[in-house]
Amino acid sequence: MTTPTTDDRPGLIDARPVPHPGRWVALAIIVILIAMMISSFVTNPRWDFAKAFEIMVQTPVLEGLVKGTIVGTIGAMVIGIIGGVLIAILRLSTNPVLRGVSFVYTWFFRGIPRLVLLAMIGSGIGFLYSKVDFGVPFGQQFASWLGLSQDFTFFTLNVNQFSSTLLAGIVGLGLSEAAYMAEIARAGILSVDKGQAEAAAALGMSRGKAMRRIVLPQAMRVIVPPTGNEAIAMVKDTSLLSAIPIITELFYQTSAIGNRTLLIMPAFVAATIWYLLIGSVMMVGQYFLEKRFGRGFGTKPTNKRFARPAGAGGA
Amino acid sequence: MTTSDSTPTGDGQPLVRALNVMKSFHGNEVLKGIDLDVERGQVVCLLGPSGSGKTTFLRCINQLESIDGGRIWVDGDLVGYRDDKGQLHHLNDKQVAAQRREIGMVFQRFNLFPHMTALENICEAPIQVRGVDRKKARERALDLLKQVGLGDKPAAYPAQLSGGQQQRVAIARALAMDPKLMLFDEPTSALDPELVGDVLKVMRDLADQGMTMIVVTHEMGFARDVADHVVFMDGGVVVEQGRPADVINNPQHERTRSFLKRMRTEDEEAAADAAAAAEG
Repeated sequence: MTTPTTDDRPGLIDARPVPHPGRWVALAIIVILIAMMISSFVTNPRWDFAKAFEIMVQTPVLEGLVKGTIVGTIGAMVIGIIGGVLIAILRLSTNPVLRGVSFVYTWFFRGIPRLVLLAMIGSGIGFLYSKVDFGVPFGQQFASWLGLSQDFTFFTLNVNQFSSTLLAGIVGLGLSEAAYMAEIARAGILSVDKGQAEAAAALGMSRGKAMRRIVLPQAMRVIVPPTGNEAIAMVKDTSLLSAIPIITELFYQTSAIGNRTLLIMPAFVAATIWYLLIGSVMMVGQYFLEKRFGRGFGTKPTNKRFARPAGAGGA
Repeated sequence: MTTSDSTPTGDGQPLVRALNVMKSFHGNEVLKGIDLDVERGQVVCLLGPSGSGKTTFLRCINQLESIDGGRIWVDGDLVGYRDDKGQLHHLNDKQVAAQRREIGMVFQRFNLFPHMTALENICEAPIQVRGVDRKKARERALDLLKQVGLGDKPAAYPAQLSGGQQQRVAIARALAMDPKLMLFDEPTSALDPELVGDVLKVMRDLADQGMTMIVVTHEMGFARDVADHVVFMDGGVVVEQGRPADVINNPQHERTRSFLKRMRTEDEEAAADAAAAAEG
């Protein structure tokens, strides 16, 4: 090869792209498969989408969708996120007792299947403790020893009534979710540079304030994406509420209609479409949350200046 | 906090007094008995090779590191402990925070809060810690931004600023708490050479206004021109200290001499590089 002379100076580049024949083959295969699927939707009468749409808007289905599925998801995630952040903070605390509590909580609630947990809450707890009294610990024992009329009980919860309500189901799912959220929140908190907490401390902020104002807002950037994942998983896990048993819930209601009318598959399709719709709305919400907590990041790499060779700052 | 009679600092006495400060990390002795007095309004530069303990010592003054031995007093208050008739008691979280409030710190890597604008970074501590009124805090922050030459950048996020600009915001952030003392931990070491000058200028202005400053630095020019007192540290001890003219121009110890010689060679090389870059 010869190097050309510098007299002929090259201009703008107009180069052909690298050919990708594989992409076109893949596209053709996908198009054919989609065409086959659509054709079967139209030609196989058992799909019966018209019936599926009818089932989707029936009153018990809509009631189950709103109460069990949507309210259930929101309630369980609120408990899960608040509980999870608290447990993560305990886990990172300097107090060994609190660290232990947090570890045992995560170990327990991550270990049991949600179906089993909900079944236990629904039937088991009420069997063990038909009512729970809130008051001074061992207050009733002291009262009976000393012959007092006041037994130091301020509030009594009827577990047998409570344990079959939607609220009990939401609490159960929320407690289970908190164990997962704790790990997500812990990863988020640890992802924030140690210098941030130091800078906050140097300005005279207490540890709690530094956590709330400086560390957690930055941790949110790491916490939000997996939390969106958890929320979408929670939408689907509300179908486990039927183990309590709570029947105002989307899947129980659609499949009940399917069983009654022998429209099994259209009922499943109705449930599927609702789940997909909720998931889609949540993904849009997640996009905006990520944008909100990404403030100040991504404009350009923040750590560019630290990529200088080692020792550049030393003597 | 009250000042007991035995306290070695107070009005007319050094703002900072360190006596026999000792610190180990996992059995590795980093500070082996540091003594240092800093008078009010003085600028003290800590010089020394990497690993000499100067950054650790600085961090001990505002309790980012705890000390194993010795005592540090700032403005008459024993740092990190309460002395009850000879028995020391650890201060709690709130009391430690109250002591740090009076001491400004500037970090090598700026440590600005990336989710807040320059203005919010500066307002944060006055509003959250001192309970200053929002509007007043904003006005003060804008003044401080002007003072560090960034009056046009209140709405910029740290990621949109150069390293030199970020460091100047960090200085403004520390000044917003009206500290008695400013600590600088290698404030220009993470900066590209052409950005160092702006930061040093802000620090010179601050020194001219009478701020008490302790500066860990490798900038010999700054130490020579601005410092009232320089301290040369090596291996966790103070090897030599005095007026900058004496220590830098006429060092008495071999270790000081060889360190300064290395620094000079590096400076000359950097100058040569800059000259070559300018020509090419």
